[in-house]
Parts: sequence; C-alpha cells; structure tokens
Amino acid sequence: MSTHFTDSVNLNRRKFLGGSSALVLAFSIGCKQESTQPASSATVDNVSADVATSGSIPLQSTTFNAWLSINNDGTVTILASNPEIGQGVKTSLPMILAEELDFPWDKVIVEQAPVDPVVYERQVAGGSMSVRSLWDPLRHAGATARAMLVKAAADGWGIAVNDCQTENGRVVNSITNEAADYGSLALQASRLPVPNADTLTFKTTSDYTLLGKRIGGVDNQSIVTGKPLFGIDTTIENLHYATYTSCPNIGGTVVAVNLDQIKKRKGVVQAFIVKGKGGYGDLRDGVAIVATSTWAAISAKKQLEIEWDTSNASTDDWSALRQQAARVATTTEGELLHRDGDVDAALAAAKTTISATYSYPFVSHAPLEPQNCTVRVVDGRIEIWAPSQLPAVAMKTAVETLNIDPAKVTVHQTRVGGGFGRRLYNDYFLEAIAVAMQAGVPVKMQWTREDDMAHDYYRPGGTHALSAGVDAQGKLSAWKNHFVTSSEDNEKPVRMGVYPENTFPRKLLNDYQVSQSLLSQTIPTGAWRAPVSCGFGFVINGFINEAATAANKDHRDFMLDLLDSEDEIPNFGDAFLPARARETIKVVCQRAEWGKPQAANRGLGLAFYYSHNAYVAEVADVEVMTDKKVKVHKVYIVSDVGPIVNMSMAENICQGGIIDGLSTMARLELDAKAGAVVESNFDQYQLLRMPEAPEIDVHFLQTDHIPAGLGEPTLPPIAGAVVNAIFAASGERVRELPLSRSGFTLA
Amino acid sequence: MPDITLNVNGDSKTLKDIDPEMPLLWALRDELNLVGTKFGCGIAQCGACTVHFEGNPVRSCALPVSAVAGKNITTIEGLAKDDQLNVLQQAWVEMDVPQCGYCQAGQLMSATALLEKNSNPSDEDIDTAMAGNICRCGTYVRVRAAIKKAAAAKRGDTV
Repeated sequence: MSTHFTDSVNLNRRKFLGGSSALVLAFSIGCKQESTQPASSATVDNVSADVATSGSIPLQSTTFNAWLSINNDGTVTILASNPEIGQGVKTSLPMILAEELDFPWDKVIVEQAPVDPVVYERQVAGGSMSVRSLWDPLRHAGATARAMLVKAAADGWGIAVNDCQTENGRVVNSITNEAADYGSLALQASRLPVPNADTLTFKTTSDYTLLGKRIGGVDNQSIVTGKPLFGIDTTIENLHYATYTSCPNIGGTVVAVNLDQIKKRKGVVQAFIVKGKGGYGDLRDGVAIVATSTWAAISAKKQLEIEWDTSNASTDDWSALRQQAARVATTTEGELLHRDGDVDAALAAAKTTISATYSYPFVSHAPLEPQNCTVRVVDGRIEIWAPSQLPAVAMKTAVETLNIDPAKVTVHQTRVGGGFGRRLYNDYFLEAIAVAMQAGVPVKMQWTREDDMAHDYYRPGGTHALSAGVDAQGKLSAWKNHFVTSSEDNEKPVRMGVYPENTFPRKLLNDYQVSQSLLSQTIPTGAWRAPVSCGFGFVINGFINEAATAANKDHRDFMLDLLDSEDEIPNFGDAFLPARARETIKVVCQRAEWGKPQAANRGLGLAFYYSHNAYVAEVADVEVMTDKKVKVHKVYIVSDVGPIVNMSMAENICQGGIIDGLSTMARLELDAKAGAVVESNFDQYQLLRMPEAPEIDVHFLQTDHIPAGLGEPTLPPIAGAVVNAIFAASGERVRELPLSRSGFTLA
Repeated sequence: MPDITLNVNGDSKTLKDIDPEMPLLWALRDELNLVGTKFGCGIAQCGACTVHFEGNPVRSCALPVSAVAGKNITTIEGLAKDDQLNVLQQAWVEMDVPQCGYCQAGQLMSATALLEKNSNPSDEDIDTAMAGNICRCGTYVRVRAAIKKAAAAKRGDTV
C-alpha cells in the first residue's frame, strides 16, 4: 500500500466535499474505529482525516493503493493515472477499478493522478495501450480492496468471508442480512494483510454492472460550462506570457534579431535569444518574447526580424521527394527486406498478375490546442503545467535539463486538447523551461497555430510499388511490394517510416516479398495516429481490391479465402488470429447489406486492418456525383477489441477515427520547400467539417480477449474502404492520397 | 492606450489601458480570466473561439476588442443561468458529445445561436450553422444528434 498521495487527495477532497454528509457509524461489529478528530491531529498512518469547511464533520479518507482511496462519506476517490487526450481514459480507467470494487459509479470521485513514474509505470497516452496495459492492474486494485473490505466485515461479524458478499459499495452478511458500507470498513480493512493475487476473485462478464455501459465523461460538466481544464487554461500568480520563434527552415539557427525594437513594444517585458541543441526532439534555437499578455507577445512576435543561419538546416522538398519516390519505386528493385518462397516464380505462374503504385503524403498532427507549457521555477523547484501524452518523460527531460533532484520537479497533468501522437514529443516543455529559467519569472509559453504547423514531428509519406498474382482458383498467390521511404542517414528509415515484419498479408500466402529503398529527407517525423498503419491501411486494402477484381471475385469472398487459416501469425503486440478478422469482415458486410444491388454511381467498399491488437473492418457507402464530387453517405465499422469498457466513449472514438481518416484522405497534404513546411494554418490545411461527416454505424463483437484500445486502430481501414467504394461506384481507381490529387472532392 | 468597457455575460467590464487591437479572445482569456473560450488558429478558421456578439456567433480571435466596446458579449461561461445548463449543454452531457473537449465551447456557442433563431433546424441548417467549427477529434455525428435532441426539447417534443 502506498501513502504517497494522501496529501494531494485530501487537499482536493477538501475543495470537493466542503460541508459534506455525516460520518457513517451505523456499523458496529466490534472493529476498532479510529476516533475522528478535528483537523490538525487527524492523520493516522495511511489515513488522513480532514474537517469539512462546515467545521464539524471529520472526513476520513483511507488510501488502499496508488489509485483508490475510500472515504467515510459514502464516496471513493479513484485517481485516473494516464493522460486524457480525448480517448476517454479519465473515465474508463476508473470504471475498471470501480467494477471490481463493486462500487456504485455515481459515488466515485475521479481525479487526475500526479505524475509519478515510480508509482505509475506507464503514464502514457499512446499505442492505444492505456486500457490494455491497466486492465489487469486496475482489476487487481479493485478486487484486492474488495477482498480486504470483505475480510474486515467478516472479522467484525465473526463469520467466514464466504458468508459475506458485496453489492453496490456495501458488504452484506449473508446470514443476518446486515450490511456495512465500505466507508465504515475502510480503516480496519486497510490494516489487514494484502491478499495474494491468486486468492482474488474477479467478476465474470455477465456479473458486470458498470463495464460495457454508456457512461458520460467525468469532465463533461466542466467542458460544457467552460471551466479551466486544459494546459492553455493554466493561471498562476505573477504569470507572464511568452512566445518562442524558431527557424522555419528546420535546424536553422539565430544569427541576429531586432531585440531592441521588440523590447520597446508596450507589454513586452523581456526578449532574448535561446541557444538550442539541434538534435531530434532537442531544444531548438529560437527567440523568446516575454510579455504581460499573450497578445502582447504574439503581436511582438509578428514584428520579429530574424537573420537565420540555414547552412545546416534541412533542404527537404517534399513534392520533389514524392516525384522521386514514384520514379524509384517503379524503376529500381530496392533492398530485400522480407521474403517467403519465390515471389517472382509465383508471379510468373499466376493466372493473372497486376501491378500498381500507391502513395500517401506527409501530414501534420494539428491538435486543436496549440502547444503550450506553463513553468514556475522557485527556490530550485520547478513546476510544470502542460498538455502531454508522455508527462513522465517531460519530467525526466526537466530533470536532465536542469540537472536537479527529481523530487524537485512536479509535472501537473492537465486535460489535453487533442494528441494524435504530437504530444509524445516534449519539445515545447524544453522551450518553456528555457524561457522561464532565463526570464526569472513564471511563464506560459504559447505556440501559435503557425508554430505548430511549422514544427511538428510529421507523419512521413510513403510510396509502394506493388505486384500481385492470383491463381486459377481466384486466390491470392503472390504479393510483392517495393516500399520507398525516407531516411535521415541513408541507412535506416525515418521514424515511423518503417515496413513492419509480418505486415498483412504475410504468412497468409507462400510467396511474399518486400524490398525497400531510402530517399534522403531530414525534417523530423514521428508517431501520427496509428503510426505506419495509417498509410499502409490505405495501400494494402486498395491493392487487395485490385487483386480481387483481377481474380473476378467479390472482395469479401476474396478476403475470407485469403484469411482461411487457423495459424497464429506473430505481430507487433499479440499474434494475429485470422478467425477474428474473418468474423469482423462477415459482420460488417451483413450490417452494410453487402451484395445488395446499388443505384448508379453508388457503391460499397470494404477494408480490414489489424493494428494495436485490434481487428477492424469497415464498409463505406459512397456516391460519386458529377464533377468527381464524392458523398460518403454512411460508414459501417465492426471491431473485435475484446470487451468494451465504456460503450459511450468506445462508440465516440470509432466515429472519431473514421472522421479523422476521412479528413486526412480527403485533402490533407504538406509540402516542404528548402526545409520549411509550406502550409501554415487551417486555411491551407483543411480538416473535415460537419457537412462532410457521414452517418456512422458502430458495432463491437465483444469477445473474451484482453481489451485492446480504439484510438488508433479504427483509422487505418477507412481510406481503403472509401477508395474501393469509389471504384465500385465509378470504375476509377484512386492510388494516391489525398483524394484531391485525383480531382475528387468530398460533398 | 485607452480603457475599453465591454458587457460580458451581463456584467460590465472595463479593460484599463488596453491595446485596442487585442483580439477579444485574448482579452477574455488573459484580462478577464474567462478561459472557456479557446485559441485554435488565430485566423477565424476553426471556430474554437466562438462567442456571441449581440447574439450572433463571431470568431473572437479575429475581432479587435475596440470593435466590441459597449456591446454585449456572451461566452461559454454565460450560457448556464444560475447553474442551470441551457438545453444544448444538457443535451451535450446526456449524449456524451466531447472527446478531448477543446472545441466544444465553440461548438456550443454556434449551436446555441442556431437554436435561438431556428428551433426546428433541418440537417442542412445544422450543417450550415456548424460548418465554421472544426472538431479535430471528429465528434460531428454526436454534435448533430445533440442539436436535434436539444431542439426537440426546446420545442417541447418528446424525444
């Protein structure tokens, strides 16, 4: 048991509970009750007591573990340990614990946990792993506390634990039907030995009263009333507002700047050059402006005249790179990466062969809350507030940057206004720390949208030259892909520009080959929602459809034939089980009435992708109108991600993954010239808007596997489903993204 | 620099010695500590900063504070009256609309302005009224449904 959080929990509770209900002492079975004393003296080992602001009612909170405290007013406090970026974990993670604790959700107080990498091993929003990685720990935390509460009650009643059961936050004596609230048992229970994990009993799916239900987000009330929740909303005493300007040509450094002129501007307090380091993820060279308001800093930023040294800056030209990739893909072979059998012999022996080149562009994360970070340095202690997907790494960065004791660094987890992978990188923390250190005052460093578009860790573009063969039975018999990606060092691909081993359809056919070519490119790339899969899902599903067409087979039947295997195929994460894939495809096709005759210019397109341990099949119902206007009428999504924790958010996230996928496929593409990204704001980088959003039918298979997350794996199939539907509706193949490159626009 | 007085959520607020070019967004956030109105793009493209200016939805990031002197401004903090959520806020909570939540204040301001003028909006009316508000997470399906639910509730229809 940990006592780490008693203080912070209690502080927050004081605020929350002010003038609360009476201490429940109805339970008298001989447990020794701590006397509940007024404020100052009331901290007893792992228990903290407090007096409500009414002054008369001592509140007592007993900490059971890193997540759970049981309060004596009929509530429990559950700490949500992972960053909330819109994927709903601030609600779903506490639900898992509450279910095994057998405690009513309406009496659960959820608070964001402090950042503590020792206590919480994986405080990350990434890889769709939050629910998956915390599923067992949180079930154990709930079941362990429940077992201890039952034991405490049984001891008090002098009966066996088997004669007790729990319901809705109470232990019930099965013999006498007496009942005791958890709050009245908590102190005694907390002093019992922690039971071994193998003695715990867990609920079965059919026992669940909370998991799988529709539960609203715990912050909804605050969101709809505009309460401060996000990093950008941080306000602290003596706060100053800062901007940071670095070279648009990535890697450029500051030579000279009109600081004197900037400092004369009203509202500007300080302006100075910050020397950067220049490595991946490091502090960039830049110019800081510290002012009395965000506007004073931003309007001064617009007047900066900076002479940059771009001699070591990137020279990337992404439209040239894409053209070069298309040439290299089809005119060279590349270096062999993965090979099974003899693909050239299989292609020669095939009844029909096809070849095509697919490509997708560089894109930006563009989370709606621009990067920001508030830093206060006082007496060698540093306090940081910022939206982050990796707050523990931000903490480590601060420790290393300042070379101070980790105990002197506090990172506050704020709600995060969108992540999509961008906030796995903590470059903006480094800038804010540097500015606050040099300025000597607390600062909120605020990026503009233009800063964010110019300094991202972009999703790398990719080009695939594919060939496939189908045999006399109409089955896929050969698969060959020459993957052209980019590289900073001409030795290995850029981050997230890799071709993973055992990528679909490997191991589902005998003759398979992937080769790779590297083109030089140096603007940093990184994890963008469903890294790698976000581009591959389009390429592979589009080309599978071409192969099915060449085989004169229905796409669904062609896929089911290909997946007709009971093998377990190793993959990143869990092995891929073809049977689970087949089921999602069958069910999505049923729901979409696959095979039903379609009106002229209207078609259905199917796609399937396995990523992040999740099986996701999607069907798009699309109409192609005059002037190549594409109306996506409806999208069907069926996934197998094991059991669903919160049905409401699970459904919301599926819709969001599809909308994001549609948005990206429709018209998002970045260009770079002379190492600087060209597009600078939403007028040039046009995200999907409501009129273009289709109806979306969401269904889950809810199997008995360990749950997988949904934030990422729902996105990869959608672009393939839509281009396959466009083909069904119009006969036109789309092999490059965004759609706008082929003259299509969304209606 | 002049003093500028605004009427925000029914309260008269004077901004002392304020840059008249400061966008209303930053005046609300930094000067009046009303941080519910959000910064997204700074060029009136995303709608995160939507507030009501004399009842009409406007992008506060592109509206100089001098242009709203003496005028009535309503922000997300002013939608609920005496802690009673308006019909859209209620629908938002009931339908669990938000994902990250960052754009939702702007969405609610646009939706509230729509229902003030049209209590029975068609799908097309909703799409038109909401087209200026980007949701990067993609909650459009639920935003649309919540507006319909709220409109029905406002009309007194059973839903």
